[in-house]
This record gives sequence, C-alpha cells and structure tokens, in this order.
Amino acid sequence: MSGIDLARFHQTFFDESAEGLDAMEASLLKLTPDSADAETINGIFRAAHSIKGGAATFGFAAVADFTHLLETLLDRLRAGTRAITPADIDVLLRSVDVLRSLLDFARAGRVDDATLAEGLSAELRALLDGPASAAAEKTAPRADRSAAGWKIHFAPHAGLFASGNDPLRILRELQRLGECRVVATLDTLPALDDLVAETCYLAWDIELRAACDRDDVAEVFAWVEDECALAIEPLTTAGPVPAPLPANVAQAALPANAGTAAPVRVDSGSIRVATEKIDNLVNLVGELVITQAMLQQLAGSLDPVQHERLFTGLSQLERNTRSIQEAVMATRMLPVDFVFSRFPRMVRDLAGKLGKQVRLVTSGEQTEIDKGVIERISDPLTHLVRNAIDHGIETPEARAEAGKETTGTMRLSASHQGGHIVVEVADDGRGLDRARILAKAAERGLSVSESMTDAEVWQLIFAPGFSTAAALTDVSGRGVGMDVVKKNIEALNGVVEVASETGRGMRVTIRLPLTLAILDGMSVAVGDQVFILPLGAVVESLQPLPEQVKRMAQQGTVVRVRNEYLPLVDLREWFGLPGTKAAPHESIVVIVEAESRKLALQIDDLVGQQQVVIKSLEANYRRVRGVSGATILGDGRVALIVDVSAVVRLFSQPLAA
Amino acid sequence: MSRILAVDDSNSMREMVAFTLRSAGFDVAEAPDGAEALELARKEKFRLVLCDVNMPRMDGISLVKALRELPDYKFTPLLMLTTESGPEKKQEGRAAGATGWLVKPFNPEQLISTINKVIG
Amino acid sequence: MSTATTENTESGSTVGMPNEFLTFTLGDEEYGVDILKVQEIRGYDTVTKIPDAPDFIKGVINLRGTIVPVIDMRLKFRLGRAEYNEFTVMIILNVARRVVGMVVDGVSDVMQLTPEQIRPAPEFGSAVNARYITGLGALDERMLILVDIEKLMTAADMALMDAGSQALQ
Repeated sequence: MSGIDLARFHQTFFDESAEGLDAMEASLLKLTPDSADAETINGIFRAAHSIKGGAATFGFAAVADFTHLLETLLDRLRAGTRAITPADIDVLLRSVDVLRSLLDFARAGRVDDATLAEGLSAELRALLDGPASAAAEKTAPRADRSAAGWKIHFAPHAGLFASGNDPLRILRELQRLGECRVVATLDTLPALDDLVAETCYLAWDIELRAACDRDDVAEVFAWVEDECALAIEPLTTAGPVPAPLPANVAQAALPANAGTAAPVRVDSGSIRVATEKIDNLVNLVGELVITQAMLQQLAGSLDPVQHERLFTGLSQLERNTRSIQEAVMATRMLPVDFVFSRFPRMVRDLAGKLGKQVRLVTSGEQTEIDKGVIERISDPLTHLVRNAIDHGIETPEARAEAGKETTGTMRLSASHQGGHIVVEVADDGRGLDRARILAKAAERGLSVSESMTDAEVWQLIFAPGFSTAAALTDVSGRGVGMDVVKKNIEALNGVVEVASETGRGMRVTIRLPLTLAILDGMSVAVGDQVFILPLGAVVESLQPLPEQVKRMAQQGTVVRVRNEYLPLVDLREWFGLPGTKAAPHESIVVIVEAESRKLALQIDDLVGQQQVVIKSLEANYRRVRGVSGATILGDGRVALIVDVSAVVRLFSQPLAA
Repeated sequence: MSRILAVDDSNSMREMVAFTLRSAGFDVAEAPDGAEALELARKEKFRLVLCDVNMPRMDGISLVKALRELPDYKFTPLLMLTTESGPEKKQEGRAAGATGWLVKPFNPEQLISTINKVIG
Repeated sequence: MSTATTENTESGSTVGMPNEFLTFTLGDEEYGVDILKVQEIRGYDTVTKIPDAPDFIKGVINLRGTIVPVIDMRLKFRLGRAEYNEFTVMIILNVARRVVGMVVDGVSDVMQLTPEQIRPAPEFGSAVNARYITGLGALDERMLILVDIEKLMTAADMALMDAGSQALQ
C-alpha cells in the first residue's frame, strides 16, 4: 500500500550506527573484567541491538547477521550468565571494527561482503559455545491445514480489556481470513446492576470457513493467548469454497541505494542539518560582512558630524554583523572530542604492540572547533601521538631504570585562547636530545651553531627531510614525518611549537584558527591590485637599505635580515603584473615564513590588516600556483590570497646561508 | 483525532515508524526513550503508544507498566516493537500490560496493517 | 495525459539540439549559443589578474560573492582589437556546473531556429575550431555559427579547469 522507500532512512541509520559504534568502543575501552558494571554493558548491548534492528529493517543482511552474534554474546554478559574476560573485550573491540567496515560497504551501496565478517563471526560463535547456537533458529514446519476451515472457541478472561485488547478487533481480523459465523455466549453475563463496564463477560464460538493453517488462526489470538480460553478445531462439515487468502503481508520493500538527501532529524533539543545548508549560510554571512565593510568604506568620505545617525547605524550594523557571523560559525563547531575519542583505542593497541605501558589523559574534549579544522587535524594529531608512544615513551624497564613510574603518560588537551584553539600533545618520555639533533643537522648541511636556543634547535626536527633519517628517530625521541605534520598545520594557518626537557618528556603545541572560512590577513598592494598574506605567516615588514640587498649568481636577489640571507621575490614579477619594477630599497619588503623557511616578498605598499572571508578559486576556475584562494574586498573587487607555503617552496632553500 | 506516540531510541527506526504513520494519515509524536514518553503521555492522551523494548533511561517494559497505571491509559492499545521473538520478552510485555507486539524487522506495510488492526 | 505523451515524443526527436540561441558577434562572424547555458549578460567589470594564466583569461570578477573567471574570446580567437569600454559586454555562462564570463564584441538577440533551419557544419575555417561547431543556422540573410559552448569551455586549451576535471580532451 504505502510504497515507502526505506532508502530515505538510510542516512540516519548510518549516522546513528556510527555514533553507536563510537559509544560502544569508548565503553569497551573503559571496561575491564573487574570493573564491568551493568549499566556500561547494557549501554553496549543497546547500541548493538539498535544496529541490528535497523540493519534488519533497512535490508543490510550482513550487518544484521553479524550484529546478531555480537548481541547474543552481549546478552549473556548482560544477564551475567557469562563472566567477562579480556578476550571478550578484545573480540568485541574487533567486532566494532568489522561493523564499521560492513557499514562502510553498505553506505557505499556495495554488496555486503560476507568474507569481511567471516573470521570474527567464527570466533564469536566459538565464544558462544560451538556453531550450533547461531544456526538453531529454524521454525517448526507448519503442518496443520484444514481445507474446510476452523471451529474456534474464544472465551476471554474478565481482565482482557486491561491489556488494551478488544475482542471485536480480534473477530474483525478473523473475518479477514475468510467467512465467519459468530455466535456469542451470554451465559456469564450478569444482571445489569452487577455489570462492571471494565470487565469482559462474553465468549464466542466461531466457524471460520477458510482453507488456512492453524497457525494463521492462532496468530490472530497471539496477543491474548494467556488471557483467554482458546480452542481451535478443524471444521469437519464442508462449507462453500473459500475465497483465496488475502495477501495481507506484502513483500519487504527492496532497499534502494543509499545516498539520498539526509533527512532532518529532530531530537530532544537538537536538530540535524546538512552541512551544505550551513556552508551556504556561512557564505551568505560572508557576503553580509563584505557589504557591511563596503558601506563602512563609503561612509568614510562623509562628515561624521553631519551624518551622525548614519554612523550610529553603521556601527550597530557592524556589531550585529559580527554577532551573526560568530553565531553562524558556531553552528559549524564540533567538540574536539570527535578527534580525541579515537586515541584511547589507538594508544591501547600501539602500547600493547610495543610492549609499553601508557596511560592516556585527555582534557578539554568539549572545546569546539570548526568541522573542517577537525577533519584536517586528525591526521597530524594521530602522527604526533603515534610518534610519542613509539619514540618518546620508554619501555617499562627503561623507565624503571631512570627512576620513573613504569607506566608512561600521554596528555592530550585542547583549549580556547583568544580566537584560537590550542591543542597540546605531551608525553613524559625521554624528550629530545639537543646534541644529537645539532650533530645531525650539521651533517645534513644545515646552518647550526651551539649558540642556538633550545627552541631553535627543536624547530630543526620540522625541517623537510630532517626527521626522515631512520637513525635519528630513536635518539631524538621523535619519529618520521614531523615536516609533514608542520606542513599540515600550516596549511590550516596554524602554528606548531615544541618544548622538551631531556629525560622528562616533550610537548608539542598546535595553535589553530577557530575556522577555515575566515583568515586574519595582511593586505598589501602591488600596482592597483591588492593581495592578502596570511597574518600568521608574516614575520615582519621593512624597507631594506641598499646595502642589505645583494644579487647572488645562483640564487638571484637576496636580502640580508639579521644575519640571514633571504631570497627576494618580487610579487609584481611573480604575478606578471604591469608596472615598472622598483628597486628593493624603494619598496617594502615583507618577510614571510612557512615550513621553517623564510622569504622576502617585495611589494609596493602595506594596506592594512583585516579579517577576510576565504572564497574558493577552484569552484569555477582551477588551482593556481602560489594562490590559496580569494576574497572579496570592501569595494567589491577580488583579492587573491597568497599561498606562502607554495611560494616559499618554490624560491627558497631550507635554512641556507 | 488524537495522536500516536512512537518511542524508540534509534533515530532511524523512530523516523521510519513516524514517517510511515504520517504517510498513512496519522498524527504522530515521538520520544527517544521511555522516560520522555511517559512525560509526554502525562500531558496528552495518545490513542496508541508504540514502543521499543531496549531503551536508555526507561525501557519499554517499564514504560508499559507505568502507562497502565495512569487512568488515561487503562485501555489504550500499547504495542511493543521487539526483536526478541522469543516467548520470554512477550510474556514480560504482556505481564506489564502490553496489548501486543510487532516483531522487528518489519516493513512499513506490516506496521500499517498492525496499527489498523488495533485502531482501524 | 495523452497529449503530454505526444508532446514528449515530438521534442524527443530533437533531443540534444537546442532551438533557442543567444547570438553574439566576434569579428565578422555571428555566433549562437544555447540560451539555456546563458545565466546573464553584464558590462565589463574590473577584473583581478591571475598569475600563470594565458592572456585571454583576463582574471576573475566578483559575481555576487562568487569568484568567476573571465575569458576574452577576441583574444582567444585573435579577432580584432580587444578594447574595454562602457560598451564591452560579457556573457555569463553556466557550463559544466561552473560559472564563466565570456567577453565578446557584442550581443545581438535571441533567435529561434527550427530543425529545418539548422544545417550541418561544413569543414570551413571559422575562427572557432570546427570541433566545437554543431551546425549552421540560417535565418533570412543571416548565418549563425552554432557553438557547443560547454565543449569549448571545458577544452584543455581553455585552461579553465584542472587537468583532472576536464570533461573533454
């Protein structure tokens, strides 16, 4: 009848299953055989139970079958008929992984891959005492069939109404099976004065003339079988030819492919909204900010005294615009827990594999960051945590020898600090080895000296290729790929800092903007064009003296700033803009830094600092080397945002003198 | 016409049930657990309550028990959505005062035909 | 119900061939593009130059908050002098789910052509490569070169897209 396409609920099912699995995993990680409290196990059971119910309903058979096994095990743990063992926890954790993969398959609209769950299914069955328990669910064959029909005696107990059942409903349903002759028995009906309206006094004898199974008849009475006297006998006298059975149970609708628009989920106090809608809102607010800036600029030429009310209105508009912007940005914010929550599992697995003892302490999980930032810090953070366990934290023996607690501690924390979010990854391992890093750097031809501060030495581990040297990893206490970490963070307009104390541990601090949609920029002018430099990449700006500028045979022009020779790039030349090239000492030079490399950019003028809304250039055009995006200025013109990392990569050598 | 209350902690199941019932012309209220359902039921007399068994805060069995104690729900059809087709859960539900049950997985057509059985 | 079906079959015979064209001039030739691909027509605006782009890509403009690249067809096809004044017009196109601005000599009108008025494109030398020409439209004394603007704009030598996302090579 209804023809409802179940695919419309798939997205919700996938979302809630993913949440359920995350919750299951978090609970499992907290679970130990001696601290298995009923509510935790119940919570895990409920999550598995919901996934099973949904999967069966929406037609994901592999998920439903696997979850059924899982649920059976959980049910025994819940009922206390089975004591929880570390092996159980392990299998349950791996089951979470398998379910994630199964759901990914289902989400991608691919055929369920039975092999995916095969191994673990077998393990689960083994835990559940042999393979029989899972398969032994065959229903008994339905044998009883009567061609003539059935004679039914139905005498409800007096309290039948109290279960919300209604004998009339049951009789009506019987009639759907075929023609009925119903005779009411009034024997037990009391005198009117004694009659209690809430009591059922009647009984019925029914002749159902339909060729159906006994089970079909019993089914009608299933809800009330304990609340009535019921007899179902085959009808012996042949009646008229019964009408065919109505097909009142339709085939289960075939699940269509996933991927339909996510329905809005109304929950207690929250509402699920598609990211596109929010992004659209963010864009519109961006427009509003631009329009507001434009009005402000136009008003600049007016006399503030004469147009006092206009100015009041404008400043109010500015405040309101900023509030709206903040409010809209807040809707894109997610707690950093979305990333942190994966670490307990990772730390547990990795420490186990390496034979180390590690305790993970997290704080500030509720600190909120833009969804886009969350997605992109997850990899760098994983890298840092992995490195810390792999190379920072010592083995229990080494720790005992050093007089430390055998269990190492990893701290992950997040906090807001003035428009930024600060994420720290700290360990109490061996820390960085200054002498070895300096030696290694010198070996690799980097300019180093003993007089460098610790902070400068620690920054060396971020130099491209530096930490890839295998021999270094163990002595430095750091693993490979720190340059990649730094690059990723800088791509988010973030900053990475390192603090370390030999033998006591180290701490990596990541400072990130709250959102990717807005950038603190420095606007600079070249000719009549304006460019935006990310403020985070700007070190300083200066007008060099003629003697600070030198032409080098190999490297082109360089500028000497505090004993460093930095490659000089003329933005006009690089962007192919018209206008005559001025001598560097007659222009302004902005020193920028990215990926631990510095560069001097020659421009005509500094315009100012401002927050800009980042727009994509690639939506309608293509990627442009040296440009990370665009923005719209107060006057409506487009300004390009310079990709400092890309420019630096093209023009500079790492820390070369 | 009074409304139907659909209670399930699983968003997708609740959405499916509510959507199906709405498509069939019923007015539906939703609750994610027994506790919230009970609160709603105290404020409004629903003509039918459909509830899941396993839910946080208050499970389906306790909800049915609590509802049956309210004068307004003495005879109201209370249906349980259960995956356990085994007899114990049904027995427990019946003892608590449930009218009947619908075994998961079910499809929208089965849901509607069951609902029509009870209030049609 | 039945009339709707008939209409469908009728238009089905000309599927893929538009019948309303926006006409514009480039040098001495008159061109037509499918009106459904045209979003709007506007005057030439200040553009922001883009590095690393061929000369015919003038830069990008702000079209109500979207960054839109602008191509000067006169430069692309080396036709006449590419001057920019208050009469210079830009056709904003919607092709391959992108928005692109195209500067031409002038926009004439919107023309309706029946299938009979459209002839196959001969292998002759118009400024636009024959590969992108779908036919010739004849109406009275006028001859219209019908361009598959989507194919043209997504071509590699237009340099409008990243190599990976090019629809056609």
